[in-house]
Order: sequence, then C-alpha cells, then structure tokens
Amino acid sequence: MSRIDKTFQALRRNGDRGLITYITGGDPGLPATLQLLLAMARSGADIIEVGIPFSDPIADGPVIQAASNRALAHGVTVDGILETISLAREKTAVPLVLMTYYNPIFQYGLEPFCRMAVKSGADGLIVPDLPLEESGPLRVHADRYGIDLIPLIAPTSTPERVTGICAQARGFVYCVAVTGVTGARERIETDLAVLSGLVRGCTSHPVAIGFGISGPEAASRAASYCDAVVVGSAIVSLVAQNDFKGVELLTADLKKALKSSRFDV
Amino acid sequence: MRPDTRGYFGRFGGRFVPETLMPALEELNDAYNSVREDPTFNKELAWYLKNYVGRPSPLYFASGLSKFLGGARIYLKREDLNHTGAHKINNTIGQALLAKRMQKRRMIAETGAGQHGVATATAAALLGFECVVFMGEEDIVRQHLNVVRMELLGAQVIPVHAGSRTLKDALNEALRDWVTNVRDTYYLIGSVAGPHPYPVMVRDFQAVIGRETRAQVLSETGRLPDVIVACVGGGSNAMGIFYPFLDETEVRLIGVEAAGEGLETERHAATLNRGRPGVLHGAMSYIIQDTQGQISPVHSVSAGLDYPGVGPEHAFLKETGRVTYTSATDNEALAAFQLLSRTEGILPALESAHAIAEAARLAPAMTGDQIVVVNLSGRGDKDVETVSSLLKGAEA
Repeated sequence: MSRIDKTFQALRRNGDRGLITYITGGDPGLPATLQLLLAMARSGADIIEVGIPFSDPIADGPVIQAASNRALAHGVTVDGILETISLAREKTAVPLVLMTYYNPIFQYGLEPFCRMAVKSGADGLIVPDLPLEESGPLRVHADRYGIDLIPLIAPTSTPERVTGICAQARGFVYCVAVTGVTGARERIETDLAVLSGLVRGCTSHPVAIGFGISGPEAASRAASYCDAVVVGSAIVSLVAQNDFKGVELLTADLKKALKSSRFDV
Repeated sequence: MRPDTRGYFGRFGGRFVPETLMPALEELNDAYNSVREDPTFNKELAWYLKNYVGRPSPLYFASGLSKFLGGARIYLKREDLNHTGAHKINNTIGQALLAKRMQKRRMIAETGAGQHGVATATAAALLGFECVVFMGEEDIVRQHLNVVRMELLGAQVIPVHAGSRTLKDALNEALRDWVTNVRDTYYLIGSVAGPHPYPVMVRDFQAVIGRETRAQVLSETGRLPDVIVACVGGGSNAMGIFYPFLDETEVRLIGVEAAGEGLETERHAATLNRGRPGVLHGAMSYIIQDTQGQISPVHSVSAGLDYPGVGPEHAFLKETGRVTYTSATDNEALAAFQLLSRTEGILPALESAHAIAEAARLAPAMTGDQIVVVNLSGRGDKDVETVSSLLKGAEA
C-alpha cells in the first residue's frame, strides 16, 4: 500500500480530515525547502506538495508566481528539488507530492522523470496543465514506477468529464474549489457539496479540496465535503516574508481545524 | 485531414490547459464546427470582410522594388490596407461573430505589437462586447499609439508586469483571466497558437488571404507564384497565406522568423530555427527554452514577433519540410523597412519588414519571369517612432 493510501486510511480511521500543504521548491533556496518540509511534517501536515517552479505558471495566482520567480532566480533545477525530496525522505514518512507544469517534465523526459521522482521518495504528481486527454503518455510511466498521477477536477467540469477523470485517478482526486487560479480568497462561491458529491459518485478515491483556502476557518468549512484540504498560497505568503515560524504555526492551526471532533464522521 | 479530432498536426498541437478550461474549449470547438460549413455564418462573415474590412485586399505588383532588386517580379499582398492596418482583423471579426452566437458578453485578448488588440477592440466595438486587452508593459511603451487606439475604441488595456513584460506574459495573463471568468468570457486568441481549436480556427479565418492571393495571381499572371514569403511570430499571417497553397508543391513557401541581434546570440525570437519541441500556452510546438524547460527570454525589434513559441501547424510544416523557415535580423528588417518605404511609398510594419528582407535576398538570384509574393501583413505607422529612434541611434 502506498504512503498516500496509508495516510488516508489512518485519517478515515480517526475521522480526521487531512491537511495538505504546498510550498514552492527552491523558494527561497533548497536548504529552506528541506527545513520547511520537515517543519510542516512535524506540525501536522499529512501530505506535502512541493512545487517545481515553471517560468509561465498559467494556473497560478500572484503569490505562487512570485515564489516561482524567486526559486528560478536561485537557479533551482528539477534534480535539485528531487535531491531535496530524498533528503527529506530520510527523515520523514509524510507523503510527498510533486506539483509542476508539463514542460519541465517533458524536457526532463517522461520516463526518467517518473523513475527519478520515485527514487527520490516522491509519492505523487500533480500537473495542472495536463488534462485527462493529454495525460496518457505520462501515466504509463507513472504507473510503471508507482507514482500517483493525481487528477484535478474543476467547478466547470461536466459530469461526463468527472466520470472519465475519476476512472484514471490515482492516489486521490483534487477538486479545485474556485473557478480561477491559485490564491487565497475571502469567499468560496463554488457549491462544494455538489462538486464533491459528483466526484464521490464516481470514485472511492479520497477527495481533496484546494485553491482559494485562506486559513483554518475556510479549511474547516471546506473539510465537511472532503477527506483533505490543500493550503498553498497562504503558506507561500509566509515563506515570502521569511516567516518560517509562521509556517509552522499556520500548519498547526490548520491541523487543529481539521480534527475529527469538528465534523460529523 | 489536419488537425485530427484532438487538435494534433502530427505530434504538435493538442490541449495542455487547466481542467477548468477544458469544457470551454469543447464548447468552443463544437460552436466552431457548427458554423464552419454554415452558409448563414459564412455569408455574414463575408459581408463584414467586404464592407467593413475592405476585402479583397489588392495583390500589388511592386515594380519599384522589383526593379531596384533586379530578378524576380515581387507582388505584395496588401493586408496593410485592411481596416485597422493589418491582417489581424480577418480573425477577430470571424471569432467575434462566433462569440456572438455563443452568447458571450465579454471578450479578452492578448496583444504584442497591439495590432491584434486593436483588431479585437474594433470587433468588440462593432459587435457590442465588453473588451479587455492584456499587454506587456514593455510593449505598451514601444507601441503606445496602439494603446491609445484601443482605449479610444472602448477597450480596457491591462498592463502585464510579469516575466519579460511582452507578448508571452500577456498571453499568460489572458489565460488566467479566462480561467477565472470562463463562463461569460470569450478568449479571442490572435495567432495560430494556443490549445485546440484555436490553431485551426485562426488559420481558417486567415486563409482568406491565401485564397484571394491564389485567385489574384492566377488572373493577373496566369500562373502560380514560385515563392510565397511571410513573417512568422505566432504565425497567423503566414498560415493564412500558406494554407491554400500547401498542396501546390511547386510553390515554395518561406516563413521568416525574427533573428533579432543574430541567431548566434541569445537575443532573437527564431523559435523554429533555434527552439525545441515543448509545451507552452496550451499546445505542443517548438519553443525557445533552457535545458530545464523554462521559457527563455527572446528579443526582436518587432513586438509582434517577440514570442518564444510558434503555432503547432508551423512546427509540423517545418518537420515535414513543406515550409522552409529562415530568419531576418533587426538590422535587416530595418533596412527592408526603409527599402520598401523609398521604392514603393509603403511603410511596412516591422513584422512584415522581415518578410520583405527575405524577398530582397531571394529576388536578385531569380529571373524576370519568376514571381515572389510577399504577405505585407501590416502597415508601419505604429512603428515610426521605434524606427526613427533606431535610425538616429545608428547615426550617432
């Protein structure tokens, strides 16, 4: 059983919702990424996403765009991030999910990328500009090496698309909570009950909700409809201010907000 | 039939976009397929192209330029004479009529040189859309006249500060806006780039250039041209004039990319000459990138060619060898700008001046019974400040 499956099984046993946090790899440098990964794992993150920066991140809002630019300015590479993942893997069992755009993977080579990612200890892969129709070639290698290619579902996805996407899902299904790019929002307009219901009707894979989750309160609200909540920009904003202590505190607060006592199990 | 149903020209094309946009692209593809062969739609489009755009544009025998160069007879396809001064309007009218049928109320576009922005703002004013145009800060400075034109047409021009602050970043920002407002917004892409169905749709709307050229050159000379030359940034004017000639293998087709300060430097935008296959802005095509797959900064004196990608059908035509892709430097384009101005009394857009530069290289080695057609994709009024300051710089 994969680390991601084990994590969700444990969460379900306790009735807790999972916390998935995101940071951009190499922002503000790879040593900081390692430090932040371990700190978030200690503070309660159940799964951690590590972004491999891309120069033209069309699915990202200003906060993660800026983080990508900072990381690229530090000269971060795919190999550098994978090495950091393997250093983290020596010290933590938390599932690690890589998030990047298709071109950096394509240039690295689909097969070598999956092979090296698994070797470094990564468990999953999210590629926001790789929809179901284009995902076949990468999934072949991801499946072969055993890294979960985690799909995204959007508020605009039709029921037909949701069915097709869920049939190819690995690890968990990532529901995008807002019609838009990444970044904390004051309100989530999407009817999350409907969105998650649609997905639950198609798959037994766990459901995560992300994009737009601004803090513990929003996370707790979204958590009623899913197995895990993803928080990215709110954390990356703290990284941007070099407030690493703040990242730990926010992680702990988010985790607290997702404990079973707050939900009807 | 190209592209295939998934939008692939060989191994290039496709749809590499966030899931949020996939239903919108399917909707667009269905809407486009339903109007493609629809006589009512095509009649309406033809009416606007004739009475509003001013088509057909002349195929003009450039006797002064031909005589000066010696050799082949050079004809100019005068897209510069279209309403708004470039070929871009062929596509914006077509897509705006489609958007109207799709009952969208808001229109967004990216622009580099500003010609596509102006053509979109124009179509939006004509057909009653709210219009927002994304434009890189650097382009706003060098194409200020077009910014004023867009604003006078009622469009909102949003400066893009990210990245290289040029066309690539304007496209990123337009895509982000579309992801956010996809339900009521139509994204009017200006080139044969982007996710399927944009490359095929924009090509089809621009193919009027090639169809007219074919009829005009046959009626005037009784034969097909030996060579057709067009500049290539994203590649819409080139695709438009090439497409109806793809099966006429005796007609040489030459696309001219921006060599900037030289192909041997890092300051160029010659994607097909110096790029590698990859994914940018929703399609697999050639792109200019580093070893890590990060998009590299590019340069051209011409804002419309200053783009690190190219339409997927061009990538396909490069690999099949049907089209030859050459390049012209900033200096060659500037010289061609002056050459055409003085021999013909026509100021070409700096983009189109790259095609003139190629024709000037080819024609002298050809004979007087041979024919070169150059797609004069736009007029140069927007570039006079850039050109005059560069010429002053060269004198100093």
